[in-house]
Amino acid sequence: MPMIDRRLLTSFDWAFLSLTLVIAAIGVLNIFSATSSYTLAGTPYYLKQIYWILTGLALVVAVCSVDYHLLDDIAYGVYGAVVVLLLLVLLVGKTSMGATRWLHLGFFSIQPSEPMKIVVIIILARVFSRYPVTTALGIKELGVPFLIVGVPALLIMKQPDLGTAILVLLIAGSMMLAVGVRLSCIVISTLAAIPALFLGWHFYLREYQKNRLLDFLNPERSRLGSGYHIIQSKIAVGSGGFTGKGYLKGTQTQLRFLPEQHTDFAFSVFSEEWGFLGCFVVLVLYFCLILWGLHIATRCNDRFGSLLAVGVTAMLFWHIAINIGMVIGLFPVVGVPLPFFSYGGTSMVTSMVGVALLLNISMRRYMF
Amino acid sequence: MREQRFVREALKAGPRLFRLSLGVTAVFFVLLMRLWYLQIVKAEDYQNLSENNRLRLVPVAAPRGTILDRNGKPMIWNRPSFSVAVFRQDVKNKDLLFGQLAGYLDLERAELYEKWDQSRGRAKYYPIIVASGITQDQLEFLEENRLNLPGVDIQMKPVREYAESGSAVHLAGYIGEISEQDLAKEEFRKYNPGDYVGKDGLERVWEHDLHGEDGGRQIEVDARGRVLRTVAENTPAIGNSVMLTIDRDIQARAEKALGEKAGAAVALDVNTGEVLAFASSPAFNPALFTGRIPHKVWDAYMEDVRHPLINKVLSGQYPPGSTFKIVTALAGLEEGLINEQTSVHCNGSYTLGNRTYHCWQKRGHGTVNLKMALKQSCDVYFYHLADRLGVDRIAAYARKYRLGMKTGIQLEHEKPGLIPSTEWKELKYRQKWIRGETISVGIGQGYVLTTPLQLASMMASVANGGTVYRPFVVRKVVDQDGKVLKEFRPEVLGVAGISPRSLALVKEGLQAVVNEPGGTGGASRIAEVKVGGKTGTSQVVKLRTGKGNPYQFRDHALFVAFAPVDKPEIAVAVVVEHGEHGGSTAAPVAGAILRAYFEGKGVIKKQVARQERFSSAAGTDTGGD
Repeated sequence: MPMIDRRLLTSFDWAFLSLTLVIAAIGVLNIFSATSSYTLAGTPYYLKQIYWILTGLALVVAVCSVDYHLLDDIAYGVYGAVVVLLLLVLLVGKTSMGATRWLHLGFFSIQPSEPMKIVVIIILARVFSRYPVTTALGIKELGVPFLIVGVPALLIMKQPDLGTAILVLLIAGSMMLAVGVRLSCIVISTLAAIPALFLGWHFYLREYQKNRLLDFLNPERSRLGSGYHIIQSKIAVGSGGFTGKGYLKGTQTQLRFLPEQHTDFAFSVFSEEWGFLGCFVVLVLYFCLILWGLHIATRCNDRFGSLLAVGVTAMLFWHIAINIGMVIGLFPVVGVPLPFFSYGGTSMVTSMVGVALLLNISMRRYMF
Repeated sequence: MREQRFVREALKAGPRLFRLSLGVTAVFFVLLMRLWYLQIVKAEDYQNLSENNRLRLVPVAAPRGTILDRNGKPMIWNRPSFSVAVFRQDVKNKDLLFGQLAGYLDLERAELYEKWDQSRGRAKYYPIIVASGITQDQLEFLEENRLNLPGVDIQMKPVREYAESGSAVHLAGYIGEISEQDLAKEEFRKYNPGDYVGKDGLERVWEHDLHGEDGGRQIEVDARGRVLRTVAENTPAIGNSVMLTIDRDIQARAEKALGEKAGAAVALDVNTGEVLAFASSPAFNPALFTGRIPHKVWDAYMEDVRHPLINKVLSGQYPPGSTFKIVTALAGLEEGLINEQTSVHCNGSYTLGNRTYHCWQKRGHGTVNLKMALKQSCDVYFYHLADRLGVDRIAAYARKYRLGMKTGIQLEHEKPGLIPSTEWKELKYRQKWIRGETISVGIGQGYVLTTPLQLASMMASVANGGTVYRPFVVRKVVDQDGKVLKEFRPEVLGVAGISPRSLALVKEGLQAVVNEPGGTGGASRIAEVKVGGKTGTSQVVKLRTGKGNPYQFRDHALFVAFAPVDKPEIAVAVVVEHGEHGGSTAAPVAGAILRAYFEGKGVIKKQVARQERFSSAAGTDTGGD
């Protein structure tokens, strides 16, 4: 039965896929530069990144060949399974760098907090698509979604992985906004949260406790490290100037002043070598990617698909905003990678699955 | 039809999604403006900073927490020490610099290259520590020649300073530069090469409390490496203080009494298990381990037959000798094999089958009852008793006092000792237990091994009526503001369950050992307080030939004691390796510790203590047991 309808192929969003591949290609070039000062035996990082992109493309084909409405049916089952995996991580997970995020399953390891991002999108799309269309959400309607998001968010926070937990909450919040939330509801929750956080931080916590808390939330943060990372990253970005220092010529990069320069701080390397002009181009590409995602959501004819598209777009958007914000010193250092740009299989797979879902929704827009 | 759920549901989401895209646009605009600010407005500043990357990191080590005695007297604290750091990116000519440094600091050049290579993978702004604990002369010399040594920086680090006496070095352990193996471990993920960590003893066990949080300064330097300004500063947080159960005064007296002799002395509060003194001798100099320990010193420690680096209190396993007769006696009383009156005639030897076992007193003790047997440490009495008891019953009573098993004190390297039984021998050697072997066990010889800590714990338990506490050395951990972070309470490991009557009989014998004429432990007598104790001599090699033996073949001397006899507070165990006779070498050490304890309590006056020394009290037989 799952034969590919000719109409599906003709309505495939080739331009959207190309856009992501262009960004990924720039990313590979950049990883080559970021790691050129490394002496490393084995497969070089840029080549491994290419393999990950190819893996991602295979996933795109796989995901697109199945109607995304299937997700509506299996949402709860998948959600339950991943929550169990998150619980298992806390119980028997592998600890590295002070956080327990990985689960060993015999011959391979998984990090259940990554698929959770997408699972949260799917289940919220299902829940919200059942709500009456006309009313905006109030406190009462938000109870169930709050619980659905709260449980995995807390489990991820406990690992501890602040970055991912924040992302899950931001994705959920964005989807709620897309469904429509009563103004009173937003106002009340904001009014309650801000002073509570502010008072807690300033009056309840002492200096060393704040440090410990930051350490706890982000174990990579060494007492001396984090401030340096931001300063060194800002120097890299700023010294790039208008036109940049040239490919493979970034001194901050090549002398390895930058931390995590092929992963979380990859954009910092790019900024140094390509300057404001290069950054402008990449920002425009990302901007187009996000608007395109919202466009797919708008023109989708069913509520589940539309919400799914919004969720995936929100996921990509928040990764981009937080990572670049961190690199240029607007956001504290939390380990959030830049989609298609940072080195890493996990991030590439999650982002590619997101893109695949958007393509899936886009190509089936005429089906109903 | 599944699809029907979705068909033509009015979305009405258009306007909301439009508003979302406005939000997205705004965020991207902010990012772009920030990039504009950094890359165009501030470009020149950042280009200046990056040109030679002018930021340096100067780590500021946190002062370690102090180690205090039970009364808050400092045992170990900090003093500043200077180390030489090299900033890789400021070094113009590596070979020249290393040549100079090797000359000034008396270092091997190869070592400098090695450290340089080790730091390859690390970020540029981390300094390499090439020498620690440099002398005042070297410090001054470097300060004067600093301009000719680009890339070299002098950093202050706090290092350990030890109380002149009573710092319990074996208990405290020492600190040193973190090893590469440790650096790779999860628990040390925040440490950098060159950091000091606890390597042994309390310094290691309590590392994460004592260490504190290192701080650092980010400084901007000019092209010649001179400091222009501090960009940011992170003040270090002093480590937490660890308050011990040790009394520094008692500890000092214990160390002094042991002197240069090889041995161990440990004192416990019988009602809590708190360790009041924990001395192992000879001591080593922990300060030498902080920097690079000179080969000569290391070799001297390793070759010393007295093993100064071994913590004999819990790593030393000795046959308990006659101190074990306390256990044998209690077993006999509890099993109903002997009572107060039961007496044995000692003519100097005991024959079982075709073997003869000698009493230490060759001419014999005559007819002795339990009290006399304990007082004079008559072996023959206990040969009889041991044979009647059998090894397994003796072992059962030894285990009630947790001899032959680790106490679980919160320190590394504790040894379990050994209490043999028929089952043990079957498992270990696949051989039947031989009846004659029980004879040796009854007087704490043969296979029996105990640590001084176990003996003290046994003595404490006998003294307090039967409760076995887990010995502990740390009372509390206190932070800089004096807030108690952790507090430790006595922990009961078990109850020996010996009848008060049996205990009273044995204690009466132990009292006689110290206080009555003819007792073997008179050297620990204190006029004001009634002390009970038991001497012991444990054979190192089978044949016993007396004084002329080379050092290594001489017997170990032991003494266990408790006081006051009527209402016990403190228990002591002393082992003097190759000290030959418990009464003459170990008992005076115990006496000194007990005196220090009761002086501290104000029970006896200090002047009285003057005459304590190693003079054995008159009228007692200190010849042996």
